[in-house]
Amino acid sequence: MLRTNLTHVLSEAEHSKLLQENENVMICCGRMGPMCIPVYETMEELENEYKHVKFADMEFDIQDARVIRNLPECRTFQGLPFVVYYKNGKVVKATSSIQSREQITEILDQHFGKQ
Amino acid sequence: MESQNHFDVIVIGGGAAGLTAGIYLSRAKMKTLILNEGAIGGQMVLTHEIANYPGVESINGYELARNMKSQAQKFGCIIKSNLKITELDLNNEIKKVIVNNKDTFTAHSVIIATGGRSRTIGAIGENEFKGKGISYCATCDGDFFQDKEIIVVGGGNSALEEAVSLTKYASKVTIVHQFDHFQALQHYVEEAKAHPKIDFIMESKIIEFIGSEKLEKVKIQNQKSGDIIEMKIDGVFIFIGYVPNTERLEGIVDLNEWKEIIVDKNMATNIPGVFAAGDSIAKRYRQVTTAVADGTIAALSAAEYVNNLKKELILT
Repeated sequence: MLRTNLTHVLSEAEHSKLLQENENVMICCGRMGPMCIPVYETMEELENEYKHVKFADMEFDIQDARVIRNLPECRTFQGLPFVVYYKNGKVVKATSSIQSREQITEILDQHFGKQ
Repeated sequence: MESQNHFDVIVIGGGAAGLTAGIYLSRAKMKTLILNEGAIGGQMVLTHEIANYPGVESINGYELARNMKSQAQKFGCIIKSNLKITELDLNNEIKKVIVNNKDTFTAHSVIIATGGRSRTIGAIGENEFKGKGISYCATCDGDFFQDKEIIVVGGGNSALEEAVSLTKYASKVTIVHQFDHFQALQHYVEEAKAHPKIDFIMESKIIEFIGSEKLEKVKIQNQKSGDIIEMKIDGVFIFIGYVPNTERLEGIVDLNEWKEIIVDKNMATNIPGVFAAGDSIAKRYRQVTTAVADGTIAALSAAEYVNNLKKELILT
């Protein structure tokens, strides 16, 4: 399990449930590595500002993370973390490698709107 | 002056230098605020394993940063992260820092510990293929290049050490370096040169990254002849050093030609009450230990400055 304060997605079933129960979802799929940690920290801070978005993480190396690893939107990705944004269960944006707070909030504002 | 947003010392930056300053100042009962633009830890969190921090046999950079943060908070230091500084007024006795949510913070003294960031090549296509063939972290992304051919750009310790480490995954590693010699320590150079999977293209630079959905090839230009070759490649790892985060300080504090902050032995800048520490200052060696030392000196100097200032205020 990733050492973050985010909601952890531990299985495909939990992934499905999260998408069913939340309109706007951001999942960061990675490891406890240098490119991933800054993204988790930004997400932890944004949780208070974007209450209409559900923020979660998923460990890249567990078998069930194939729900993210195998997404068509991620097929060209070669850098951790894989970050996927869902609206009503559908992928609206996916990014590879480290992203700044500005880059993340731009995507959140564009696809989910400001609170 | 007493208000919620007034502090004895504001530390700008939450890497090793800034957090150390926060620990020392708070422990000395200075009301201290750390303002940090990114995630806490700075360059330290980009290090997978730190094995030369005295007293700690081996630690992940993230863990060390977390420990420093909680140690500073335990002593009462306030830490605000992910804020962008929009305005700095450092010339008056009361220093003023305004951040992007319009909050204004004031202090008697400011320590600048804004650190540095990985240098990018600046070639065409670099942003487009980040995470799609271009990486700045071997430990993070190396396993995406199992049995692939990759390039490592750079000639310093990181570049050569990571080139050797990437041979665990890649079938071939080509080191592209702009000079005819390496800056790395001799043992890193010897190890890379002796490795059967490693080739070298010297005195050359990548000038363009090319691909459709992901990186497929690069254009490399020889710096002497100007000749350009195209090379099919699966990935490029870039390790060409760091640039100081001092853009906002130009015209405010004295910087050298490399945009590093000029300080004296007490970490004092040219402005009274303004100190600097860590990777953003002019110095030769950039290590967690040197940042910690800088942060300590800057904190002690700032504390002395504030105490003297308060004494003067009482006397007058």
